[in-house]
Amino acid sequence: MYSNHPSHSQQPIVFSQEMLDQSQEIIKHYPEGKQKSAILPIMHIVQKHFGWVSVEAQDIIAEMLKIKPIEVYEVATFYTMFHLHPVGKYVLEVCRTGPCMIRGAEDICKYLEKKLGIKEGEITADGLFTWRTVECLGACGYAPMMQVGEHYHEYLTPEKLDNLISDWKTK
Amino acid sequence: MGRKLLLEHAKVPGIRHIDTYIQHGGYRSVHKALKTMTPDEVVEEVKKSGLRGRGGAGFPTGMKWSFLAKPEGIPRYLVCNADESEPGTFKDRYLMEYLPHLLIEGMITSSYALGANTSYIYIRGEYRWVYTILVEAIAEAYAKGYLGKNILGSGFNFDLYVQPGGGAYICGEETALLESLEGKRGNPRMKPPFPAIKGLWQSPTVVNNVETIAAVVPIVNEGGDEYAKIGIGKSTGTKLISACGNIKNSGVYEIDLGLPVDEFLNSDEYCGGVANGKRLKAVIPGGSSVPIVPAGLFYKNIKGEDRLMSYESLSDGGFASGTMMGSGGFIVYDEDQCIVRNTWNLARFYNHESCGQCSPCREGTGWLVKVLDKIEHGKGATMADIDLLWDIQRRIEGNTICPLGDAAAWPVAAAIRHFRDEFEWHIKNPQLAQSKNYGLVKETVYQTV
Ligand SMILES: Cc1cc2nc3c(=O)[nH]c(=O)nc-3n(C[C@H](O)[C@H](O)[C@H](O)COP(=O)(O)O)c2cc1C
Ligand code: FES
Repeated sequence: MYSNHPSHSQQPIVFSQEMLDQSQEIIKHYPEGKQKSAILPIMHIVQKHFGWVSVEAQDIIAEMLKIKPIEVYEVATFYTMFHLHPVGKYVLEVCRTGPCMIRGAEDICKYLEKKLGIKEGEITADGLFTWRTVECLGACGYAPMMQVGEHYHEYLTPEKLDNLISDWKTK
Repeated sequence: MGRKLLLEHAKVPGIRHIDTYIQHGGYRSVHKALKTMTPDEVVEEVKKSGLRGRGGAGFPTGMKWSFLAKPEGIPRYLVCNADESEPGTFKDRYLMEYLPHLLIEGMITSSYALGANTSYIYIRGEYRWVYTILVEAIAEAYAKGYLGKNILGSGFNFDLYVQPGGGAYICGEETALLESLEGKRGNPRMKPPFPAIKGLWQSPTVVNNVETIAAVVPIVNEGGDEYAKIGIGKSTGTKLISACGNIKNSGVYEIDLGLPVDEFLNSDEYCGGVANGKRLKAVIPGGSSVPIVPAGLFYKNIKGEDRLMSYESLSDGGFASGTMMGSGGFIVYDEDQCIVRNTWNLARFYNHESCGQCSPCREGTGWLVKVLDKIEHGKGATMADIDLLWDIQRRIEGNTICPLGDAAAWPVAAAIRHFRDEFEWHIKNPQLAQSKNYGLVKETVYQTV
């Protein structure tokens, strides 16, 4: 391992055969020589598998796509969906933008902060949870809301959050 | 009951699957276009329909299509903009989630018209389950022979792919979207050249919104003239409106353009009025980037005429007393909402989403947030700060490569224009502004109709 910086993985990163196959399938979507377009879709695959996208994983993507590592780094740091350091197993992303704010998003954040006992961006001691605020997720009519992994949880209330969190704790 | 050209079958069980979709008249436009029309005839129908881009700018779609360069031997692309990140907007998600085949059908027919043999749907990365719905629907369309080689024996070959974004509002701007689709940071390009000349991988490209492409289906089925009969003036056809904020019935509605705003906001068929019996304070009718209008200017324009849900009527009065149709993200604010807090919140959004290329936008949005934070949170703002805000927004507007700068400036300008007293109240009452969560301003003079 090169560094103790949190953007580096402390374990060796190996892409599974399934991840490699999925990536090769995506590269076929683009004309010959335009495989660089596969960066974002592959980063999604990586994040789904490892929970975040380490520098080591980005280096593998660069190698796979035959581009320079910097071309992956500069993309990884531009897009907000990618976690560039370790996060909890469940990342609760609460929308904070106007339409959600006027329907109680700030109270949802305060509730999460108290309930989980962590500040925005931190990880709970059991490694299960991180929460953070994000900008409009296109669910404004069903506010307040949050995204967790591939799912949207809408019309949030403290009770709903209690139930979700206890479900995740027992999974 | 409003007419439904797009959403008629949205709630039919199983409509996500191609067999059910076909049973309800799906893919007729592909048969009609590929078997009985030339590409130019399809473009002609779209021109006749008067369809205007549903992504926000309202540019005539037929005209945009006719600008597409057609050099020999160079591929052309149609790229569907499904990035949908404008606060208040969630209509494309609804359309894709319930009617994925309507978008795919529109992509086939439109790509035939443009001579594109490969097209992409660029969808915001957060809509992951919608991505999966689209990918599954595309697989069904390949299996049925609507995608792939020699579609319906017409000789037209067409491949369609879905590309996920990574979380960036700016990638909704069409040239940033193309950069992103090429695997780069979403920095908008200088124009010209326009995408119609040099777009995706430097090839001629048309970028259209999800709803625009879906509207091509009824236009081809019924004819452009029939479509143009719906609506009012240059606002033809139907429009999806996503309604949110302090209203009784949030959701996505398909309306005939020209519907009175009063009916849209207050009838039970649509928004059902302001929630909890509160009074209306203000509306942002077209997504967070368009100017906020106070209740007193919303129902009627300054000439006293009823305001309608149309491109022209909503913008009647210019920025002095009007607003814009925008993306159709309809946000309603009741009497308890604080305009300063809302303006600060939206400024923070634009600051967060600025790509950072242009100094006026990168620095200006940061300054807007700082000054608004000072006013909203009672951190020693003075009256001169209101003028400072005005000055900053003016220096951003029109001075950036892409319109994100304008989108950040307009909400601030409109809030000061119509609610200056509320900013002044915050500055005079810093303790109150700070202590109350929403800095409620009961003294504000707002008008109700
Ligand atoms: C900052 C910014 C964000 C935008 N976001 C979107 C979007 O999410 N979806 C969209 O269709 N158009 C969006 N647009 C407008 C596009 O640039 C483009 O005009 C549109 O996709 C063209 O399609 P249409 O003619 O069918 O409306 C955005 C523009 C700007 C400046
Ligand atoms: S503002 Fe929260 S989803 Fe749009």
